[in-house]
Amino acid sequence: MGASLTRAAQWTTASSGTGKLEITPINESLLKEILSFVEQFSSRHPQEAKHVFKEPLQWSTTLVASDFKTDYDIRLSQEKDSEGHPLLQLSPPTIFARSFSQLSKLVQLANDKKLKEVRACLEGKDPVVKILGPNRTMNELKSTGCLLYFVFRHFHYREVRLSPAAVKNEVELLKHFCSEGEKRVLKSVRYTSDYEFSNGCRTPPWRQVHGDICYLVIEPCDTETLYITCSTAGVFLNGNAYERTSEMHKDLVTLLKSRSPHFAENINKQDFAVQEELPSTKKVQHVESVDAEEQGQPQRSYEHQEKNVHERARQQHTPNKPGGKTKLEPSPRWKSPGLMSPYEYVIIPLSGKIQKKMLRSDSKKKADFSVSSSPGRQSSQKTKTPVGVMLAEAFSESSSESEEDEEQPERRPESNTDLPSEYWQIQKLVRYLKRGNQTATVLVLCAMRDFNLVQETCQLAIRDEGGLEVLLNLLDTKEIRCKIGSLKILREISNNSQMRRAIADLCGLQSMVKSLDSLVKDLKALAAETIANVAKFRRARRTIRQYGGIMRLVKLLDIPDLATPTAEQERDVEVARCGVLALWSCSKSTRNKEAIRKAGGIPLLGRLLKLPHENMLIPVVGTLQECASERSCRIAIQTEGMIKDLVKTLSCDNQELQMHCASAIFKCAEDKQTRDLVRQYEGLQPLVLLLNKVDNKQLLAATTGAIWKCSISMENVAKFQEYNVLEILVNLLTGQPEEVLVNVVGALGECAQIPANRAIIRRCGGIQPLVNLLTRTNQALLVNVTKAVGAFFLPSFRLLWSLLKNPNVDVQSSAAWAICPCLENTKDAGEMLFYFVGGLELIVNLLKSTNKEVLASVCAVIAKIAKDEDNLAVITDHGVVPMLAKLTNTTDDRLRRHLAEAIAHCCMWGSNRASFGEAGAVAPLVRYLKSTDSSIHQATAHALLQLSKEPNNCITMHQNGVVKLLLGMMGSADEMFQEAAADCVFNIRRLALANDKASYGYPP
Amino acid sequence: KPEMSALNKKLTQTLAETISKQVKHFNKRETECLIRLCNGLLGDQTLPGRAVSGLDRARFMDMLHNSFGMTDVMMMDRVFHTFDKDSDGYISVKEWIEGLSVFLRGTLDEKIKYCFAVYDLNSDGYISREEMLQMLNDSMIREPTEEDPDEGIKDLVEITFKRMDYDHDGRLSYADFERAVREENLLLEAFGSCLPDAESTLVFEEQAFKDPPGQ
Repeated sequence: MGASLTRAAQWTTASSGTGKLEITPINESLLKEILSFVEQFSSRHPQEAKHVFKEPLQWSTTLVASDFKTDYDIRLSQEKDSEGHPLLQLSPPTIFARSFSQLSKLVQLANDKKLKEVRACLEGKDPVVKILGPNRTMNELKSTGCLLYFVFRHFHYREVRLSPAAVKNEVELLKHFCSEGEKRVLKSVRYTSDYEFSNGCRTPPWRQVHGDICYLVIEPCDTETLYITCSTAGVFLNGNAYERTSEMHKDLVTLLKSRSPHFAENINKQDFAVQEELPSTKKVQHVESVDAEEQGQPQRSYEHQEKNVHERARQQHTPNKPGGKTKLEPSPRWKSPGLMSPYEYVIIPLSGKIQKKMLRSDSKKKADFSVSSSPGRQSSQKTKTPVGVMLAEAFSESSSESEEDEEQPERRPESNTDLPSEYWQIQKLVRYLKRGNQTATVLVLCAMRDFNLVQETCQLAIRDEGGLEVLLNLLDTKEIRCKIGSLKILREISNNSQMRRAIADLCGLQSMVKSLDSLVKDLKALAAETIANVAKFRRARRTIRQYGGIMRLVKLLDIPDLATPTAEQERDVEVARCGVLALWSCSKSTRNKEAIRKAGGIPLLGRLLKLPHENMLIPVVGTLQECASERSCRIAIQTEGMIKDLVKTLSCDNQELQMHCASAIFKCAEDKQTRDLVRQYEGLQPLVLLLNKVDNKQLLAATTGAIWKCSISMENVAKFQEYNVLEILVNLLTGQPEEVLVNVVGALGECAQIPANRAIIRRCGGIQPLVNLLTRTNQALLVNVTKAVGAFFLPSFRLLWSLLKNPNVDVQSSAAWAICPCLENTKDAGEMLFYFVGGLELIVNLLKSTNKEVLASVCAVIAKIAKDEDNLAVITDHGVVPMLAKLTNTTDDRLRRHLAEAIAHCCMWGSNRASFGEAGAVAPLVRYLKSTDSSIHQATAHALLQLSKEPNNCITMHQNGVVKLLLGMMGSADEMFQEAAADCVFNIRRLALANDKASYGYPP
Repeated sequence: KPEMSALNKKLTQTLAETISKQVKHFNKRETECLIRLCNGLLGDQTLPGRAVSGLDRARFMDMLHNSFGMTDVMMMDRVFHTFDKDSDGYISVKEWIEGLSVFLRGTLDEKIKYCFAVYDLNSDGYISREEMLQMLNDSMIREPTEEDPDEGIKDLVEITFKRMDYDHDGRLSYADFERAVREENLLLEAFGSCLPDAESTLVFEEQAFKDPPGQ
């Protein structure tokens, strides 16, 4: 039986060529899908839509010339192909279309006749052949791009294959036949995986690319258990490594009929309608209970191990989600197969290389190989075709979590012939691996180890031949040597991120976690080391936690503290080292840090920290510093007395270790007690000494971080100054990466709280570089810089403010002018001033001055102060409004400008707008508009706009002829000004209109 | 009869005393336990009046299968021959204890020697290609579709042979074997399982060395 099944569209005559589509619900829905596909095609894929068909599609249309709009009224499309044929031609009643874009347009024109047109088009002679040409070889497809292949699939609906929905329905149906009693037709029917992907498939993604929908285990009453693969091509019995061992059947019933005479005999007696009404929940429970049985220990095979690749697929995802989304369709067998299901697309990317291989390879195996490599590659592709989008969705689980572990694009030679001989040798070995018993397996594993497994070709060879599955299955056997051999290979290849993901996808981590319970130390160590490699991405780390890996890894750390360990104890130390390596990888996920702590990992790490095993210290401190980002862990680190050891380790001669120590102190020194402990254990000096290692930026960042946090305690600051830390830090203000700068500035900010230190920083020339950093955009840096600069600025600010009290008017005005930019540049200036007792009253009182310069400068300050609502309230209480109003009669342009600004800002509080009007400030302000200084105009317009929000002011303004003046200014080039003027006029006008309305009449 | 068993006990203790001085890894008590175990295995073979030369091949192989889960008949036979140092077809009490000392607790060196002896089928001091092929003959499922169904196994033998034959003399000497195992410990049991795994060793020792009833 062929691979394709004429299952979907129901033709009155089943022959190819012309035929009539039956009017059935299936055909109806197919037509609708094709219609919407055609409609959207040209907007979705403009490039492909332009592709000119080999021959025009032609059919009898119901459209007439008048249906076409102007650009079609000659019944020819303006667009022509390279040979001058029009792309759309109408010679009633036949219509010719030569591209998808024309088809799209045509369908859109057809309105309510859309479906009819599509039907007629499809009933025309061999539409697919016409689109692609008669010899639609793979080469053809390649030249027209993947998308046309997709179109081909879509249009070739006579070959629509099995869909997940159809399979699901059939399985549901079959499950009814498993009931006990006389009616029993089957013993049991179950999926190998409860997990259902969003596309309805239950097979791992890399098998979905082969079209596998799900795997079933069916126990007939009269024959042996059947292991069945349901794929888009049909259903068949499977053997080792997914391969087909029976002929292809179009559906499960047919397959079962051929295998089980009992089934064949009884199936026809079943009353379908009655069975279908059974509640679906019962069946779900049944599925689960069967699955539970399967979780048992892997069997020990007598001669040959259970290394069936399929076994692994069967275990896939079972623990994750119990299947509960079963939905029963009314007519399961005849539901239209879902054309849009993603698996249809997954097989598509026939771009370039893969295709070449498909063409070249005669054997099915090689074709499999070329496609099986696609998932990893596809998810990293950046194509925006629907194919790409669908793929991105299908693989979203892995791609969305790749923050740390970037997907690497696969580097693969152009064709098979370019693959080095190692590739083929390894593939051969993998095949041996599948066939060998324990002894052969170990020999093959050793032979594989002789290859350079770091090389990607070798890794791909293993994966492409299904070697990963076999290697991982070996971990579930009882053969220690096979497990060790397998892990030795897995440890090597898991340095590649693609392999890591593949291992996680195959549930390899679960097997590795189980291996941690082994009695064999080498095995435990290897498993932990491999876990350390694989746990480079979040999903893997989560899996490890969920399967109890953290607990088991922590257990590995429990080794006796011995001065002279025996050989056996040395091996325990090695196991512990590997355990820490794994924990280190795992500790990059927040919940794992907590899990490590809960499993009692922190004290054990503390014990290892005291041991003299140099190579163990880096992962130990690395893990500790990762964990230290959690408060609970920091407390544990502190209470376990580890600060002492961390401080001690700071003085080692390994920079990586020093970096992790400093980093751990950095994080832990958030707590005051820790900061004190660092000082007590004399950790401050080693930290300062580490500042000399300016070339190691990571170390420098960690060290400066630790210094920053430690300097939060003033006792530490005093100590630091003994080592001249400020001078060193100031030198680090330039030419360092931002992660260093943040910490350096943070530390300077803390130290600058002490006046003497400010003097030192100033003396070392630290102010300028600090101020320069204000222009950076890094938020963390800015926060610290502002704080540091603020430490310098606040005392000067107090000084300036006190100068306002100076009787000399020049001093007064200069001080006021100096205060302005300070207020502008400091974020929380308003808040600062609020606590400046008497300061605001002082400034308001200065408005009584007779000196124009003082008045102008004070107005400028008031404008700035008034931006803060609380301060505005205070100065309003101090009577700022009448005092400003009193000044409005001035003729001094400089004063006028700042005064107008101050009024504009002071309007924002309470009834200040009305108060200004009552105090007679409006009329003089209108006169400012007659000034020749445009800067006055701007400030005035803003003030008038604010004032115009009070009706009485509008009347005053209007009376003073403001509208005419403002209208003249609306032509200004300054948009802000334009807007203010216009808004002001609008307010006045609106009031007038409202007034008109209220009095039912119009003013003269 | 109590006098008999008391005599036996005395004899066993004396024998254990002697053997434990000659054999590594077992103390006197453990040796005694193993002697008792051996006697137990002999069962009806120890009927008074019959000369007892030791465990015969069948009993020994039964023991290997039952206690250590060994299944490969060829390997079990080779283990028997390796235990049976004087090649008289029986494993004497002394051979039993000497054998077990390596089998259960041997150092890597001792195990390398032991495994080599197991694999050197004709005891000529070398493992030849033919011997290797013979041992690995059933280690892989044959692929009937291939021209030569044995091709896989021949290929594997060739790969392994080349890997281990360091002096390129076309045969594996003890030195070759030792070097290969030192480089890759997994090759210790390269040509067939002939040592117990950790778990069954543990179980066996637990059973064998637990205090006998009544003591």
